[in-house]
Amino acid sequence: MECSVIIAGFGGQGVILAGKILAQAGMDHGLEVTWLPSYGPEMRGGTANCTVVLSDEPVGSPIVDDPSALIAMNLPSLDKFESTVAKGGTIVVNTSLIDRAVKRGDAQVASLQLNELAEKVGSMRAINMVALGAYVKATKILPLDTVKGAMVRMLKKGGKEKFVTMNEQALEEGYNAV
Amino acid sequence: MGKRMLLRGNEVIAEAAIRAGCQCYFAYPITPQAELLEHMAKNMPRLGRTFIQAESELAAINMVYGAASVGVRTMTSSSSPGISLKQEGISYLAGSNLPAVIVNIVRGGPGLGDIAPAQCDYFQATKGGGHGDYHMIVLAPSTAPEAGELTMLAFDLADQYRTPVMILADGMLGQMMEPVELPEPIDIASLPVKEWATTGAKGRDPNVILSFDLDPEVLKKMNLALQKRYRQIEAKEVRYEEAATEDADILIAAYGTVARIAKSVVRMARAEGIKLGLFRPITLWPFPYQPLKELAGRVKTVLTVEMSAGQMWEDVRLAVAERANTPFYGEMGGVVPTPRRILSEVRKHAS
Repeated sequence: MECSVIIAGFGGQGVILAGKILAQAGMDHGLEVTWLPSYGPEMRGGTANCTVVLSDEPVGSPIVDDPSALIAMNLPSLDKFESTVAKGGTIVVNTSLIDRAVKRGDAQVASLQLNELAEKVGSMRAINMVALGAYVKATKILPLDTVKGAMVRMLKKGGKEKFVTMNEQALEEGYNAV
Repeated sequence: MGKRMLLRGNEVIAEAAIRAGCQCYFAYPITPQAELLEHMAKNMPRLGRTFIQAESELAAINMVYGAASVGVRTMTSSSSPGISLKQEGISYLAGSNLPAVIVNIVRGGPGLGDIAPAQCDYFQATKGGGHGDYHMIVLAPSTAPEAGELTMLAFDLADQYRTPVMILADGMLGQMMEPVELPEPIDIASLPVKEWATTGAKGRDPNVILSFDLDPEVLKKMNLALQKRYRQIEAKEVRYEEAATEDADILIAAYGTVARIAKSVVRMARAEGIKLGLFRPITLWPFPYQPLKELAGRVKTVLTVEMSAGQMWEDVRLAVAERANTPFYGEMGGVVPTPRRILSEVRKHAS
């Protein structure tokens, strides 16, 4: 079993952190993982993405031609990566910022208004956790509690305890919206 | 062993250096190795060890020369353009028989290039990047855990052979995160005393550390001593990995990041009936000529895959010596070959 996901959006939407939390959760679940960020100078204000691979055996390539899932937080991300998703894969689409339908007929699509859901839990900055919650539900890749646990540890490590509750709500909001 | 942690390759190398007893680290920032320097900045002072962000790469490598001279474990790190600046100092370290660890997190070149992953510094690392007849031991990790193991080994080899040792990785390995279990820190007090170090000559004859002699006959002897040590290193320190080679009729020869990508390609190729194996040099110098030579006699093709225009390819062809076909597939400028692109190259040579 090997699953991979590209998480892509604008710089500032938290895609890099969402990927780290997913990778940490995968590791906590006993899986082998790799997390590979785009690290170009385009990250500030431009597009950012990361690739996470989760596997029950050692991960070979951390770059993937055909990810089993895509989280597209904005239109450029969907345009860039939609065609790469594996047949039968999952695409989480942020319809708050993407006003076109997914063209792929052979993928499972979860369309959510991520911006609105994030505002509902209190901050646009929680949008990455809403997206991650939705992805976890759509793919059943890991238990939500494992992802929550990884998120809590990672925020605490970064000295951001005060955001834990909101991000827990955000994960649940995304999870329940699928 | 410690607990499993999710760390970037850059952080793993830094933490492994600390656990290997690195007491002095000097560097100047550059992408994509910044996290290495950051980890050292955060942790070295806390441990009572020396961290200096030098005013330049030249300053950093010469600080390494100073620290190595007094016998402590020392390291510097940079990325390609910064490593070019350090070449003079590396030549001096080699000429002076000084142990030190130098990390190159390679990015696209030549010139300022870009900040994306590349393997275009192979020649510079393995053939003696500065002036004079010298080599460094060059270790090429393929994964984050291996980056930790090889960094710890680098300090041991540097001390054992009194030579600079390079960790040659690339931007992808530096930036990516992977679960890592780092070994426990060594006990610095347990390291052998370096009798040659310039620690103050009270009560003994002075130690002199030089890479210089104006008498050609004396300098020749110094060179012969270096060459003798290089032959010992070649005899004892060759390291490599073989994967799925037993029944292979085609091999990929690749190192570092490309080799781990190639492991996925081996699985994909085998699933469609191509008997593909992987030969992965771990020491780029000394290069594993003999094991590759033996393998080459059993296969039809050795396909070299690199993020360069074909640098390691030259060593592969020296080793294979026309026992097998030796095609090449490379990417440059920071482009990383994906599994599918490598597989399509394999298919061309498999039929």
